[in-house]
Formats: sequence, C-alpha cells, structure tokens
Amino acid sequence: MRALPVGDDALLVELDSGAQAQALHAELLRRRAEGALAVREIVPAARTVLLDGLADPALWASELTASAVPPAPPRAREAVELPVRYDGPDLAGVAAHWGVSEREAARIHASTEFTVAFCGFAPGFGYLTGLPARYDVPRRATPRTSVPAGAVALAGPYTGVYPRSSPGGWQLIGSTEAVLWDHARVPAALLSPGDRVRFVPVADA
Amino acid sequence: MSDRALLVVRAGALTTVQDRGRPGYAHLGVPRSGALDPGTAALVNRLAGNGPDAAVLETTLDGCALRPRSAVTVAVAGAHCPVSVDGRPAAWGAPVAVPAGALLQVGAAVAGVRAYVAVSGGVAVEPVLGSRATDLLSGLGPAPLADGTVLPLGVPAGPPARVDGVPRPRPPAELVLRVVPGPRADWFTAGALRDLATRAYRVSSASNRIGLRTEGPALERARTGELPSEGMVLGAVQVPPDGRPVVFLADHPTTGGYPVIAVVRAADLPAAAQAVPGTPVRFVPVRRR
Repeated sequence: MRALPVGDDALLVELDSGAQAQALHAELLRRRAEGALAVREIVPAARTVLLDGLADPALWASELTASAVPPAPPRAREAVELPVRYDGPDLAGVAAHWGVSEREAARIHASTEFTVAFCGFAPGFGYLTGLPARYDVPRRATPRTSVPAGAVALAGPYTGVYPRSSPGGWQLIGSTEAVLWDHARVPAALLSPGDRVRFVPVADA
Repeated sequence: MSDRALLVVRAGALTTVQDRGRPGYAHLGVPRSGALDPGTAALVNRLAGNGPDAAVLETTLDGCALRPRSAVTVAVAGAHCPVSVDGRPAAWGAPVAVPAGALLQVGAAVAGVRAYVAVSGGVAVEPVLGSRATDLLSGLGPAPLADGTVLPLGVPAGPPARVDGVPRPRPPAELVLRVVPGPRADWFTAGALRDLATRAYRVSSASNRIGLRTEGPALERARTGELPSEGMVLGAVQVPPDGRPVVFLADHPTTGGYPVIAVVRAADLPAAAQAVPGTPVRFVPVRRR
C-alpha cells in the first residue's frame, strides 16, 4: 500500500489489486460511520481509494500504511438483480472473442456474481467486477456516438450499464429496463460501490 | 405561477444556475459542481440580502437580460460589465432595486468572463441531491438558461446589505496558479516537470466549467501505458495524451484515467473563472502545506 498526497487536503491510497481497494473502501466507510474519520469524499477506483477533504492527510497516510487492511466483510444487503436481455449488437463479437456461442456467453455473464468496484463516467454508472480475467474484452476501436440508456456493456475486466444515453466505446451485449439513476429517488443511484449485482435473463416477449 | 419568478429575456452564451454545489457524492460519479468563483457568488448573495446557500446565476462573457415579475433586489459582480434597469445605468457590485416587470440587463463583460447575478430570494429551482447547481458534465440540475425560461424565486431572507464598496479585482493579466506535485508526477520526465514550472502556457478557448484547458509545450511522459481510473480532485492538473495540461474545475469528472502531474491550490482557482482565452498561465511550484 502506498499513500500519495494529492494537493493540500487529499490522499490517494494505492493498493496492489482491485479487491484490496474494495476492502480498504469498506474499512474507511466503517471508520467514517464510527466517527473516527472526517472526510468529504471517499472515492474508490480501480486500484486506489481517494480521500478528499482531510484535515491532516499526512497523519492518515502514516495511519493507513501502518496497518493491514482487514478483508471486506460480506455485504449484508441482498444482491441487486438487474433484468437483462442479451440482445446487444456486440454479443456475437464478444462470444467469438471468448470462443463460445452467444447463448453460452450470455450464460457465463448471467451466472456471475458481480461487485460494484467503483462508480464514475456518469452518475450511477458502476464498474462491475466478477468475470474471470480470461473474459476481458477490448474496447471498440471506434466508440459509438450514442449508446442507449440501459445498455449492458463490457470493457477490459468490467461490466457496466449506461444510466443514460451517451457516447461510449464499450461492447454492448444486452439491455436492461432497470433505472440506474433517478435523482428523484432515494437513493438516486441504484448501484453504489461495494454492492453485489446479478443479471437475471428475462424471456423474450 | 407565483409572481416570485424571473423571466429570462436573453439567456446569453451560457448562463447557469449555481450554488455551493453537491459535494459528498463523488463515489457515485456525481461532480461537485457549484459556482466557479464561490467567493463572488457569496458576495452577490450578501449584497442581495440572501443567505450563502441561495442559488445565483453565472453568466459567460456576454451577460443576460432578466425581467422579474415582482420587485426584487439584484446584485451583479465578478466579470466587469455594464448593468442597467429599463435602459438606465445601474450599479455594479451593489444592491440594485428592480421594479416588477422592469428589464435588468447584464451586459457583455469588458473584463473577465463570468458575472454572478444574485436576486433577492435566490433562484428556487428544485434541488437535486441538495443543490440547485447546473452540472454540465453529467446533466444534473437545471438546464442552462434559454430565452423564455421562467425561473422561480424564493422568499427574500433579509434586507440587502448596506455597503459602500466591494472589491473589484482586475481579471488576471496573467493567471498565476500555485501547484504542488500531483500523485502521478513520477509519470513525467524531469524535463516535463521543468516545462510545467517555467514555460509559457495560455488559456485555451476550449476551456469550460469542466476544465481550464491550456495551450503550450506538450509535457512528456516518462512512462507509457494506461493509468487505471482513479479519483480526481478539484484543481487536479491532468495531462491527456496530447500533453497539454488541463486544470479540473467544478464540473470535473470524479474519476479519470490520465495522470495528474500537479494540483492547483484551491485559493487560486477562482481567478481561473475570469481568465479569457489567450491569457498567459504560469504554473508556480510551491511546497505542500
């Protein structure tokens, strides 16, 4: 673990793996809930956790690097289930990349339990991990100018669902009618870091 | 609709509703947003008799024109610009009484970029996650103003401030940004770090509320490859593949995958809100506090 100062009041904690970053994120949330950590933002990402708005970043740098991170406790909350149709325009390409049929690609994806590693790109967009590394896929060589809301997509080690229509370069394998972001809802984001997620295939109408 | 409302007669190039933003949601991908120059937003609120959380308007270069449906007090500051009520010149940087139905014109900036306009009662659009700010990156909050938009106003909190003068800083002839080393300074060559500290940069016309883009020598990376996405702070100086530093402002993405070579002191960012394209930019390394 390395703690890198960022400006005058933030700290970027770098870990060896995404799993460790998720564990540290869970530990920091626990400490904040206990009142032991005063910080404006805790932002987990691929292999880092950013602590922004700290009174004494140097103190936390030594505090965090001095102790081992306990493994993330299992989430009490049920896995979020997202209904999905595996009807994306890139499903055939992804299946070919994996060396399986489209039906088998869908089965592999739907039988995986994902975890929201971090969010970003757009409010409510979660980077979901869980597929074994052999299923990593490249981004599309040319991004689409418009990806529809609810598109279920793959890139690198991640699965994501576009909360709203936007440009995007991920491989589209399916679609969901789940509403990923609704600012009138509490909470606005359907997925937040640490949540478990399952894709549940729905039958064609 | 109540007569506590404001008709937008001329929206201007880009006028948005801003307040102190929505901190605390970066982990969900929600930018902080809020006024690029929070000090001036607080000042116009005080002048208009509002509390510090009231929403104001932030204009870009060419001002805006507004017609309140009820008598209001307004205050304009930030970029220097002519102010008038029904064609008669009115004060900049002081409370101005605008009768019901009169036309308030906030003219084009003669110096600086963004004028802040507070109206007594504050702009009372529905808050999103506790803030009324327009976030241009993710589309949260009200859309940028359009001609004909009607904005609801809140109930005035108190009388306008009694003042006989407000600071009128000149917009920067040169934008001096103090920087401390960023978390990925080691991704750059020693030459790049020297270039950042010594070479001349200019504000690019591609700058916006998301980032102050600059033109100048490209900063050379010491290592290639992709940086896995990581959390980004306000003031981060991110270097995309073209090598030209971008200073992250209020609507910046909460995570990003380009290395951050330096971080600008927060106190120096409001000046970035008033630097017109072409303004020289100097990055001055300072010690971390």
